[in-house]
Parts: sequence; structure tokens; C-alpha cells
Amino acid sequence: MKAPAFAYRRPDELAEALSLLADDGAQVLAGGQSLIASLNMRLSAPALLVDINRIGALRGIEDRADGIRIGALVRHVDVLHSPVIARQVPLLAMALPHVAHMAVRNRGTTCGSLALADPSAEMPALAVTLNAKIVLEKQGARRTVAARDFFQGLYQTDRQDDEMITEVIFPRAADDEVFGFAELARRHGDFATVGIAVRARRSGDTLENLDVVIFGSEATPLLSPATSALRIAADATAPMLADMAEAITATMEPMENHQGRADTKRKQAAVLLRRTFRDMQSRAFAGKGNGHD
Amino acid sequence: MTDLHSIAFMLNGKSVTADVDARLHLADFLRHTLHLTGTHIGCEHGVCGACNVLVDGRSTRSCLMLAVQVDGAHVETIEGLTASGQIADLQAAFTARNALQCGYCTPGVLATAAELLTGNKPTRDEIRDALSGNYCRCTGYHAIVDAIETVAGKRHGGAP
Repeated sequence: MKAPAFAYRRPDELAEALSLLADDGAQVLAGGQSLIASLNMRLSAPALLVDINRIGALRGIEDRADGIRIGALVRHVDVLHSPVIARQVPLLAMALPHVAHMAVRNRGTTCGSLALADPSAEMPALAVTLNAKIVLEKQGARRTVAARDFFQGLYQTDRQDDEMITEVIFPRAADDEVFGFAELARRHGDFATVGIAVRARRSGDTLENLDVVIFGSEATPLLSPATSALRIAADATAPMLADMAEAITATMEPMENHQGRADTKRKQAAVLLRRTFRDMQSRAFAGKGNGHD
Repeated sequence: MTDLHSIAFMLNGKSVTADVDARLHLADFLRHTLHLTGTHIGCEHGVCGACNVLVDGRSTRSCLMLAVQVDGAHVETIEGLTASGQIADLQAAFTARNALQCGYCTPGVLATAAELLTGNKPTRDEIRDALSGNYCRCTGYHAIVDAIETVAGKRHGGAP
């Protein structure tokens, strides 16, 4: 199908873009990798597209005092190849190879993915895991929302129609933090049926303070409420890790659809979790000769 | 309602100017307005990769970019990639290895491969990863991977 008619503007300055967004029916065009598909399928019908691709202020990955800033025009390919991201936000670097395909990564943006809030997208899940700060601007106002408060429902966020995500700020990884990421998709790079992201702190012979997020299967990234008492010890056995995974996935509320029933997705998430816990354990305690299995 | 915009860009090494409606995507502009029908449309929502072209040297879904957005850019389609000879070795390898059957996906596959081969020599796994965004419904993937691997080896001066 073909896109419905819409007006198009391409401002050079952020102030002009925010002014255009104040009109009813105006929508931001950044990478366009979901938006133009939805236009082609006539799933959306904006009156005006505000193309932000020429606004220089929205470019750039910056290592700042308050964290690692990713501007609204930073594309997935830029994040994938960024040495700053690899060093400071290793969870993003781990997940990026799973994000779509080369041609889509060449245009799609981090902030655009956050704004759309597709349940199977990686960026919202990573932002929730690390509790990134999402910066929203509209004409004359700027506010920051924690990622854990931003995602409200299927494709629903705290962003208002006249607001644009101008940047997202990820916290710098601490030396004692260990991360894990895995997802299940029919074809590499396709929408995830279920995926998981994990952050933990290493303390002696234990990984603790676990943050576990499950996405794809849920309407919004699910930060598991069941992890505060959980630990991954250096000598934890495979059955112990499997029990942890079961406890976490018990809190899931998977969407049932063509990709599977709720119990199937719970099982798939549990498998991804126990594999990832094992992987994190061996990376955190490499060379310690933990005699599991 | 039409919302016409004047654009000027480089297409296959030549400058092009046009007035395009905002809603027109790049693939339709190439095919219907400029009659460059080597760029194919499969799904028209970014899944299949048949419409891949190079925009400023990077593979891009031409169904997921508006024509108005290529203003100021360098666009290369299969016609230009062929005429310039820059992927002649790749095309010869595809022929030799029989890496196309119906040929519908081939222009998009070649655009993906053209970008992939501008970097370091890819491993077989990296070739497969890059091709994950291109559907071949004849399912001749092995031959496509073989052909790209052969060219990667030759371009980097060694056996594949």
C-alpha cells in the first residue's frame, strides 16, 4: 500500500521543530524505520511530518558528567560502533547486534525506538534495565523522565504529542557491574518473541542487586519484582540457576499471540535467563574453578 | 492533498533534480518517476530487503525512506553499481556460483553485499548476519554466502 498524504517540513533548528510539533497531528520523523512502514500500511496518518534529520544539535554520543548522552539523531549503527558505548554502556553494545538488520540499523535511532515503545524492541528494555534518563522537550519546556516511569502500555509512553525525545542519558557502568542479554527471534534481527536483559553487581564471590527485565512477551518491559533476594554465587549449580529463572518468570504476564501461548513464553524466558545467568557467572568468576555440573 | 518539494541529489554519479510529493517513498520514486526498475519492491514495510539501495554508501531500505529525504545525498542503485563496475567481481561470482534463481531479491542482496565488502574481510558468520535482512524466497542462501565469501577472499588478497 501507499502512504496517505501528509505535509512535510525539515527544520534546521530544534526550536523550529518544537514549534511545528505544537500543531495537532504533527509527528517527528527521525530514522523512519517503523514510522514509514506504518505509513505505507496506513496504520498512522499524521497531518505533518517534522523531519529532524538536519538538526545538528541532536547528533552525537557524548561522555558527560551525568552519563553517556545519546542524541535523537544517533542511529543504531553509530551506537554499535561507538568505542564510548562499548566501554561505558556495555549492555547496549551486547544488545545492538540483535537490533534489526544492517540496512535498518543504518537509519533507525535509539531515541526513536524509545518513543515508539514497540514491545519487542530492545532499546526500551535496556533503558529500563539501566534506568536511563529520557529527556523530553517541547516549546518552552524541558523535562527528564526515568525510563522506569516512561513506558505505560502497548506503544504508550509518558511523552505528550507536542514533545520530542531529544536525548537519552545512560548511566556509566561501574567496574563491579556485570551484564547479560539474550533474545529469541524467528530470524536473527527480527522482532523478539521474548528477550531478557540483566544487570548485577559483583561482591566477592557473589553477583547481587540483580535487575532483570523481560521484554517482547510483555506489553511493556517488565522489571522483575522478584529479584531483591536473589544471588548468583560463584559456585551456584545449574539447578539453582534454573530455580531462580523459574521464580522470576512466574511474575510474567505474557501476551498470547501468533508467537505463542503465555506458558510457552514463560518457559522460553526461563531458558534464556538460566543460560544468561550461567554466562554472567562464568564471566564474573572466570578462572575461579567453580565446580558446577 | 499534495505537498511538493524540490530536491537535488546525486544518483549513480549524476545530479538529479525533481519535485516530489512528500508521501512518495524512494523506491517508488526510483521506479515510477525515474524508471529505474532494478530496485525491487517486495514487502514495502522493511522486512524483505529487496528494495535496498546505497544512500551515502550505506545500505538503506528505499521503501522506508521518503524521496524528499534524499535531497543532498548520494544514492546508488543496482543500475549505477553495475555501470560503474564497482561490484563487477561480485556479479561475476554470483553468476559463477549460480547465486540467483528468480533474481528478484538480487539487487537488494548486492546492495547489502556492496556495503559489507567495504569493511574488513567478513567471516562466513558475518556474511550470514548481514544477509539476515534480505529474504530470498528461492532460498538459495548457501550459494549467495559462497559467492560473497569468494569475493571477500579475492578482495583481501587471499583464498576465501
